Amino acid sequence: MDSFLERCTQSVLEGEEEQAEDLARQALDLGYPPLAVIEDGFIRGIRKVGELWEEGTVFLPELVMAAGAMKKAMAVLLPALGAGVQSPAQGHLVIGTIEGDIHDIGKTLVATMLEANGFRVTDLGADVPVGRFVDEAEACGADGIAISALLTTTMSGQRRVVEELKKRALRPRFKVLVGGAPCSQEWAEQIGADGYAGDAVAAVALARRLICAG
Amino acid sequence: MPPNMNPHITWFAPETRHQIVEEAQRILEEVGVFVENEEALELLTGAGCRIEASERRVRIPASLVEKAVASAPQRILLYGRHGEAVMDLGGDRIHFNPGSAALRIYDAQEKRARTPISADLVRFIKLVDALPHYAAQSTGLISGDVPPEVGDRYRLYLALLYSNKPVVTGTFRIDGFRPMAEMLAAVAGGPQELRAKPNAIFDCCPSPPLKWSELTAQALIDCARSGIVAELISMPLTGATSPVTLAGAIVQHCAESLSGVVIHQLACPGAPIIIGGSPACFDMRKGTTPMGAIETMMIDGGYAEIGKHLGLPTQAYMALSDAKTVDYQAGMESAMGALVAALSGINNISGPGMLDFESCQSLEKLVLDHEACGSALRLARGIELREDPILPLALMQQGIKRSFLPLAHTKRWFRQEAYFPDEVIDRSTLEEWRKLGGKDATQRASQRVEQILSGQQAEPLDPPLAEALREIMEAEARRFGMEKLPDLP
Repeated sequence: MDSFLERCTQSVLEGEEEQAEDLARQALDLGYPPLAVIEDGFIRGIRKVGELWEEGTVFLPELVMAAGAMKKAMAVLLPALGAGVQSPAQGHLVIGTIEGDIHDIGKTLVATMLEANGFRVTDLGADVPVGRFVDEAEACGADGIAISALLTTTMSGQRRVVEELKKRALRPRFKVLVGGAPCSQEWAEQIGADGYAGDAVAAVALARRLICAG
Repeated sequence: MPPNMNPHITWFAPETRHQIVEEAQRILEEVGVFVENEEALELLTGAGCRIEASERRVRIPASLVEKAVASAPQRILLYGRHGEAVMDLGGDRIHFNPGSAALRIYDAQEKRARTPISADLVRFIKLVDALPHYAAQSTGLISGDVPPEVGDRYRLYLALLYSNKPVVTGTFRIDGFRPMAEMLAAVAGGPQELRAKPNAIFDCCPSPPLKWSELTAQALIDCARSGIVAELISMPLTGATSPVTLAGAIVQHCAESLSGVVIHQLACPGAPIIIGGSPACFDMRKGTTPMGAIETMMIDGGYAEIGKHLGLPTQAYMALSDAKTVDYQAGMESAMGALVAALSGINNISGPGMLDFESCQSLEKLVLDHEACGSALRLARGIELREDPILPLALMQQGIKRSFLPLAHTKRWFRQEAYFPDEVIDRSTLEEWRKLGGKDATQRASQRVEQILSGQQAEPLDPPLAEALREIMEAEARRFGMEKLPDLP
């Protein structure tokens, strides 16, 4: 493999933001096609980090920093994709922590990993009212809505988002993903969500399955 | 006689304690705290704090911090139902009470956690009342059969009905304070009496890093003005909401706590306040907040030492576990926590009974943890020197002749030297253990729970007083759509 692209992969794997950004610039200067640098360089890094996470050898700070490096590189490369070249964006998700719940570490991590893996993400923050998830998803033409809840007292809000979608006859338009400490696959099925993920890497896989395949 | 030494862990050199407080003061001066609450902002700016117009970040000068720390009492007495002092918080005196505000109860019969209802709360409260190493009640469970909006006041209502002990509790909503203070004042004999002899502690939790929400700042101010003891619960999560180093987390904890002392003492100088906390060594794999991690206990011990350095009473959430059932992990983490807390001289140790990151209470574990607490209380007394010489020659000679069992010396001291555990702790021979059914600790604890609950109970609250509390509680329930309170056993 090209040793330059190898360095791109490595910069993400090691979570070196500045290096990743710098390499992305160099790639353009050296005349590499942006799409090739993304797909054969940086994306390999974030995929590898995901694999290492699943093996249990990578920890949260390393995951966050790898995603950060990925985002920096993409910020340089995406605008350089010429017109007519298909962007590698995999879909668009609106994400937030449900109303009454101020926990946003997990939600932010999922948002970062989704972005690092090529999704467009609109992060609504924490304590997001039920209706706003739907309003925002509609306004930005998202493919899916990802809802985090860290408390058993707030998780019922996830159900209310699904109900709100049904009420506005929008349910088929958006995939609904749920996550957070008290949630489970069983809960997702019970409230009529499309899927549940237990961590940020699983959330990326779930989003790929629901949105890219769908 | 040489002096008795109490075993004690020292976490920092004296100069490090100074440095931690100085760095925390500098953070408050240069970075400041975010305060959402208007009244707290007015108190702070009124006392000369700078505030940026564009944000609600308040810079607190060191002089104000020092004044607040100096005006807070170094010793706090907490009183039971009959006005007797049952907790003496300060120095290295330790007291245990159960972990608070669990959303679930572990059902040992069904081997699963479920939502508790009023009857579970009553059983929990009666059990805590009967176990002597628990100095206070905590409102340990949130009842699933009342509207969530009244969850905070309802658990206090039941604790006051069924127990003599003071209560460690707190509000979930701003409008919880008034009815809760009214109930506490009714039991104390009036608002003045409540101030003179407080019977409750309310937890007030800043949001890390360096933020006071509308609810928690208001709770601090309301506590200060009513005389209910405020307990600061700063919750740094290493590497997530605080620096990853244990020492760095302790500096942040100190800064958050000092900002709380300032708001509280500005609202009412001299009001009682405790430096507590619920930090965690954030799990970098699962993203969880393990209370049973040894590093969590180290942060607890470390900040408590800073609290003592400031001269204030201390608290920590220790003697609890992240295990999901009453198993080896549950026992190991809880007992280690009880010991580290006792050896750190933490005044109010909250945690027993708790599983699953402070979210699930177990009656069986409450009975088992009680033994960890009894052992820790014994340990804290240290190896006492009863006489001088320690072993007189005449005693040695008698012992050689007759064994020590029949000696007056043995009779004189054996009850004080040893802690006698409850029978949930197995010290029988194998043969005897088999005869008793070969039960494990959790099975023995299940049996003890039922024995204790069918035995002697705290006398009921005076009927007119119980009626007064019921009226307050019923009015609250009605405001949130519940016409009739759940039936009680």
